[in-house]
Amino acid sequence: MSMIQPDDLVGQTGTVVRSHPVKKILKNPMGLASVVVLLFMVVLAVLANVLAPFDPNFADIGKTLSPGDAVNILGTDSVGRDVWSRLVFGARTTLLSALLCAGVAIAIGLPSGLIAGYYGGKFDGVSNWLVNVLMSLPGIIVLLTVRAAVGPSVWISMVAFGILMAPGYFRLTRTAVQSVRNELYVDAARVAGLSDATILSRHIFSVVRAPIIIQTAVICGVAIAIQSGLEFLGLGDPSVATWGVMLNEGFKNIYLSPVLLVWPVLAIGLTIGALVLLGNAIRDALEDAEKIKAPKRGSNTAQAELATTRHRPERTISATVESGTEHHLVKVSHLGVGYPQADGSIKKVVDDVSFHVDRGEVLGIVGESGSGKSQTAFSILGLLPDNARIVAGSIQFDGKFTVAPTEDRVSQARLSEFRGKRISYIPQEPMSNLDPAFTIGYQLVTPMVRVLKISKAEARQRALKLLDDVGIRFPQKTFDAYPHEVSGGMAQRVLIAGAISCEPDLIIADEPTTALDVTVQADVLDLIRDLQKRLGVGVILVTHNFGVVADLCDRVAVMQNGRLVEDGDVREVLRNPKDPYTQKLLGSMLEGKEPMTMLVSAGMTAAEAAVRDDESDEKELAQ
Amino acid sequence: MSAADVNTPAAGPDLLTVAGLDVEYPLKGFRRKPFRALTDININIKPGETLGLVGESGSGKTTLGRAVLGLAPVTSGTITFEGNDISHASRGERRSLGKDLQVVFQDPYTSLNPSLQIGDILSEPLRVQGQEPAVARKRVKELLDQVGLPSDALNRLPREFSGGQRQRVAIARALALSPKLIVCDEPVSALDLSTQAVVLDLFLQIQRDTGVSYLFVSHDLDVVRHISHRVAVMYHGEIVEQGTSEQVTREPRHPYTQRLLLASPVPDPDRQAKRRNDRHELLEAQRKAEMSGATA
Repeated sequence: MSMIQPDDLVGQTGTVVRSHPVKKILKNPMGLASVVVLLFMVVLAVLANVLAPFDPNFADIGKTLSPGDAVNILGTDSVGRDVWSRLVFGARTTLLSALLCAGVAIAIGLPSGLIAGYYGGKFDGVSNWLVNVLMSLPGIIVLLTVRAAVGPSVWISMVAFGILMAPGYFRLTRTAVQSVRNELYVDAARVAGLSDATILSRHIFSVVRAPIIIQTAVICGVAIAIQSGLEFLGLGDPSVATWGVMLNEGFKNIYLSPVLLVWPVLAIGLTIGALVLLGNAIRDALEDAEKIKAPKRGSNTAQAELATTRHRPERTISATVESGTEHHLVKVSHLGVGYPQADGSIKKVVDDVSFHVDRGEVLGIVGESGSGKSQTAFSILGLLPDNARIVAGSIQFDGKFTVAPTEDRVSQARLSEFRGKRISYIPQEPMSNLDPAFTIGYQLVTPMVRVLKISKAEARQRALKLLDDVGIRFPQKTFDAYPHEVSGGMAQRVLIAGAISCEPDLIIADEPTTALDVTVQADVLDLIRDLQKRLGVGVILVTHNFGVVADLCDRVAVMQNGRLVEDGDVREVLRNPKDPYTQKLLGSMLEGKEPMTMLVSAGMTAAEAAVRDDESDEKELAQ
Repeated sequence: MSAADVNTPAAGPDLLTVAGLDVEYPLKGFRRKPFRALTDININIKPGETLGLVGESGSGKTTLGRAVLGLAPVTSGTITFEGNDISHASRGERRSLGKDLQVVFQDPYTSLNPSLQIGDILSEPLRVQGQEPAVARKRVKELLDQVGLPSDALNRLPREFSGGQRQRVAIARALALSPKLIVCDEPVSALDLSTQAVVLDLFLQIQRDTGVSYLFVSHDLDVVRHISHRVAVMYHGEIVEQGTSEQVTREPRHPYTQRLLLASPVPDPDRQAKRRNDRHELLEAQRKAEMSGATA
């Protein structure tokens, strides 16, 4: 198909679009509703003096339990107090007491959590012990005791409740601080000689800010609920107008005037609900990824523009591949991969990539981070993230499409026929790709039993043989070991054994040696080379290291910013690179360079060279 | 400036001397033997000199850098900086040391506080030393210039920069107080090849301009050879070989260094095939030597 593209659409296009947390909260209907409710309550509380026609305790004995009229818009209670005025002043008392409770909890929990998390040691031990004691106390009994000892006061009971809530903040802060205590930027601050107080306030406090805000929204809701509950039971201070006291009053007169109960219940319910929802909305805004509706391939919006500029001919889904290409093990044609963004645009990470791999051949895909090499490999494996879309091109495996030309997702059903059986994968991080909960033997045997339909005993024999094949000296010992008991190089051998266990035709290795030490890397490369020769499989090797390419590959493809800039025979590309980017990469290799000489900044200062490098990067990205 | 100038650092007394250094980390549990990370380390660095420290993961090379910075517990031995023993320096002493002794860490993503602007990150060490805000601001602009970042970087956050640019910010932070020694802990291993070249050039340029010394920790023998005057090879918490860059990286004496040298692949299929053969022969020879050593 013809690919006539304007310059500005070549390569990786589009930018990552993120929205501000506050905007995200307001865009979330749940968040918006809770903000509106809370703002309303705050306005009531702040303007209580203006909004309330009467003093909350002003009683008109001549007018009790009256329904609403022009003077008392919500009516009066059993001693003739204005319900509206009490509701408005109650908002002030209730909200202030909730803030007092949260304030006390933060004042105790936050600093102690910071200190315990940062220093650990004795303070940590003692405060943990105290927190455990506090948490084991039954809250309501403590509050009743406090009330019995010091009398009915909203404020004192809320201070007591705040102390009971402090352990929540303590634990939250302590855990967050422990996770950043050993971050490198904290080390850098220590080397700079910053005092501990400065390190805590400047570098560590920022990580606990968000969780504290979320926790506080919830704690305020809980405080209102507990306080109202106490007052409802008649344990509050009857001389102060709060929603809880009104609830108690309404309940006493439920048969005479049921509507008295409605207003405080509404106020309490709405406020607590809004606080909890707000907590959720903040968490969603800060932590979760945005939900983005992805336009269908070839549908309207930005996608349509892309489609028209690409001059893609109308095609119907065809199950047959182009004739003459069936013999290729894998053929990727004009592949494009993109991620839909919040504003409807698509960020393209792979653009117009074509290559093929035959049986018994090793193809290297080389590129720097962000060049789209792993995304290309993952689209062959069907392991792209859920929100990724194939925006152009097709992939065929052994003469059948795994991604047909007009599909926008990798067909998992079609691919699961191949994956694990005919296509296998060697990952970059050997340790994180073995499940720590199961023995290595179990993780090798299970797939073989499922895929090859052999008995467990037979699979076990095979697994031991495979471990021997990949150069593990004591197969039985490794078979019985858990992943944490073996070294990184050993774990990578195990994963290679797993990759060849079901006799695949194609192995995709994504930076298989990057996480390993150089000496171990050399051993693993030897292993991959031997196995590839012996089994005659096709291999796609994704790497950033030209040395690894030279060691293993027959052909090499160089990727930059989502595009394939050069491909060909490995000797040809490494010795006579045509593309300026390949030349630049090979020029950056240190092997064979005169030590202590400038690599890229001949005839200028290193700073100037750095500026120029940034500019060329930006130009490439802008393209 | 010719290569000959930089290859001959100033003679004279050592800037840093580490003698008989042991580092042990206590393990949890009653009367358990502590974990020994470093054993009997002896190194020295002269003003304007780079000592490359190479070894595999877990060999203790990072721990040595951290011990010099006061971030690892010194069990025995001494670390002398400009004639003063700093093995057990207090926080106050560290603060004044911070002027002369700085660090660039491996990971440019976690070594900069994500919530601080570049300007604040760079002025932090200056403010600790009590510099006036106006003077500090001027110095920060100079620093950005020195590492080739635009001056509008001041009000931006670390996440707006690429890995290489962040590492240059980290270098600028280390340079802020014009230190005499910078401990560089794998400063280029998280970077892409072409970015690595830019950052290595920057390290060399800074050394030429300011005469700073580096303790340059890396797992990559090619990087260490390129930037170092002398090289020390670490293996299992000990230094197994130490000498000039030329000698250690061309004609290594210790079996481990020999293996390390032949293990790193070269970007040409035929030369790499030869290197692979050499490596297999070396391994075979070493195995034989070990066997005969064991039987003898």
